[in-house]
Amino acid sequence: MGFSSKNGEGKGTFPHGVHPPERKSFSEEAAIEVMPQPEKVILPLLQNIGAPSKSIVKAKQTVQMNDLLAEAGGFVSSNLHSPISGKVQKNVSVTLPNGRHVPALQIKADGEQLSGLALRDDIFGGDWPTTGLEKFDSKAITDAVQKAGIVGLGGAAFPTHVKLVPNDKKPVDTLIINGCECEPYLTPDYRLMIEAPESIISGALLAARAAGAKNIYIGVEKNKPKAISVLKKAASGTGITIAVLKTKYPQGSEKQLILAITKREVPLGALPLDVGVVVSNVGSAACIARAVLRNKPLTHRIISVTGGGIQTPKNVLAPIGVSYGELIDFCGGLKSNAARIISGGPMMGFAFADLSAPVTKGTSGVTVLTQSDIHTENETSCVRCGRCVDACPMNLVPTRLALASRNKNLDLAERYNIMACFECGSCAYICPANLPIVQLVRMGKALLMAQKKK
Amino acid sequence: MTEKKKNQTQNSTAAPVIHVAPSPHLTEQGLSTQKIMLDVLIALAPLVLTAVIIFKWYAIKQLAICLVCCLGAETLFIKMRNKIVTLNDYSAAITAVILALSLPATAPWYVAAIASFVAIGIGKVIFGGLGMNIFNPAMVGRAFVMIAFASLLGASGYEYSGSSVDVLSQATPMDAFKQGGVVATLSSLFWGLTNGSLGETSAFACLIGGIYLCIRRTASWEIPAGVLLSVVVCGGLADLLTNSQWTVFHHIFGGALLFGAFFIATDPVTSPLTSRGKFIFGVGVGAFVMLLRIFSGYPEGVMFAVLLMNALTPLINRWTIPRPLGG
Repeated sequence: MGFSSKNGEGKGTFPHGVHPPERKSFSEEAAIEVMPQPEKVILPLLQNIGAPSKSIVKAKQTVQMNDLLAEAGGFVSSNLHSPISGKVQKNVSVTLPNGRHVPALQIKADGEQLSGLALRDDIFGGDWPTTGLEKFDSKAITDAVQKAGIVGLGGAAFPTHVKLVPNDKKPVDTLIINGCECEPYLTPDYRLMIEAPESIISGALLAARAAGAKNIYIGVEKNKPKAISVLKKAASGTGITIAVLKTKYPQGSEKQLILAITKREVPLGALPLDVGVVVSNVGSAACIARAVLRNKPLTHRIISVTGGGIQTPKNVLAPIGVSYGELIDFCGGLKSNAARIISGGPMMGFAFADLSAPVTKGTSGVTVLTQSDIHTENETSCVRCGRCVDACPMNLVPTRLALASRNKNLDLAERYNIMACFECGSCAYICPANLPIVQLVRMGKALLMAQKKK
Repeated sequence: MTEKKKNQTQNSTAAPVIHVAPSPHLTEQGLSTQKIMLDVLIALAPLVLTAVIIFKWYAIKQLAICLVCCLGAETLFIKMRNKIVTLNDYSAAITAVILALSLPATAPWYVAAIASFVAIGIGKVIFGGLGMNIFNPAMVGRAFVMIAFASLLGASGYEYSGSSVDVLSQATPMDAFKQGGVVATLSSLFWGLTNGSLGETSAFACLIGGIYLCIRRTASWEIPAGVLLSVVVCGGLADLLTNSQWTVFHHIFGGALLFGAFFIATDPVTSPLTSRGKFIFGVGVGAFVMLLRIFSGYPEGVMFAVLLMNALTPLINRWTIPRPLGG
């Protein structure tokens, strides 16, 4: 068991998957830039999987940067802190790119702000110790993580403390820090690994202490040799293994990553915890270090603004709650051939048009595709060529799921395990008939859930 | 629309038009149903070539009739259903070529024409068009004329003396053995210097085209592998038990076996979806071919074996639902 270098570096992987164009070159060489503090931020009260946060501030109240604005609304929920100093304004509601309509707090900037290099140093600078962490026990670490409102920064935004709290019935022996970044275009994790690897290592050690994991891996795809060498240097002497994995989509998906590194299969409907594994994103690991060692909450994150439709692609250190429009303006605005704006990457991201929407904790990038990137070809008949079956990382039969959903044949869809699909999009990417497989499967899943509720 | 966006629209001279659509927003380039079908036509080229070399203008005539009738039938039937005619997906052309290659050189023009209309009409369009049919359209067309014109497509129908094409005066190798115990040489079967249906005679051409299809992943290798494996096993057993002169190699290189294994059984629409299912399908085709060849009155059985396994495909799909990761 376990990941051994005997298999050869860059060989470890999961069965099936696809190889979309990587297109990281737009932003991979762009060092993290701090964007100027915005005049206002809008902070949706639901930025995580689980329960919404509950506001604890009133309109016209003055808040400082890092002040708590909203409390977790349950165990699976997260605290929310102010990324700027200013005044709380009237509550608003916003529509996020994923289509959810949620209430939000609005903060207008006021007074002295931490900005520019000072902000960057505050977040990534200084020493990140890898020794002497014994003084933090599990409870101290999970409490600090919970207080700081940390969620998974890879995109799913699952509250991190929930994963780290030790569970007597389900002991954890392995921690995997996810630095795969298999989505095309996106580079925030890559820049973090290059520019602040020590914070990731510190965070990984702390997270492992909290969860009680003995083995720590950082999974990185083979196409990031610079990040691999930097991390290896930073991790030397700490017992952390840098697991170099094959470049394949969706290598960064939790279940696929666990399979690639530990050869363990997470049962359907179960969590990584059930096989003794905790997976956390590299960005989240850095946040853990910052929360535990410096008592600072999650208020900013790195966002890649990239793609052929952006004037100057950048990796931006942005306050959570800034609008997508401001981010795009900071990167020179849209080119005239811009055709689709996506929150996240092109494989799993959400296309949207309202640039006034705010970025949330889970926003890893804004990808702007051009007219020539997107193909609006007509759907033709499925000839059951089976390419989707060969691509599905969950070993499903996507064409069956899609057509069963289209025909509202929910029994058939369930027999083919429609609920196991996590909508990675490999099938629709590869489909020669241009079937909207993911869209149909989403519909089928929703119908099936509605039917079960009855 | 927000202030910000309004400003943007006014400022830039050519305001970008922003689309929204569900993910994924990328699709693989250069892969379409049309290209897959074109691949099949490319793979059929060596078979067409050998057919033309061996059967001269008989082959050209048969191909021309089938192409005209299949494309015509497709246009007619699709128009009748008030749908958009999709000849450019090449599927009707593939049906035409495979049908032509599965007919004897001697078959009269009306046999090819009727087979074409049945193949497209009853084999495909009646089920809802491309992707919906249960049976291989070309085999449906061939089965219809084989039963309707039994004498023209029976073993003796292949023979026609007094033509400039020498091989036409011989009996087909499988029939020659069945009737008179004459065993064709393996090399003549391999290179295709025998009588038979237009495309089946040359094992060499079938292998070239078939391997191309498998490498391009247009055909799944599991199907021909399954067919060959089961023919080797069944043929090997028959060799041991009966001491027949028609060995397992004759079974493989003779008749339509390779043509069927690589080009007919591999039709994705009418074969199972998963690799396990495909392998079972291939094994089944091979087993039925051997059953028909050894025990039935017909010298050949590829067509009926494929049609039979087509009928079992939904059942095989149901048996071979793959286990999801962690399931």
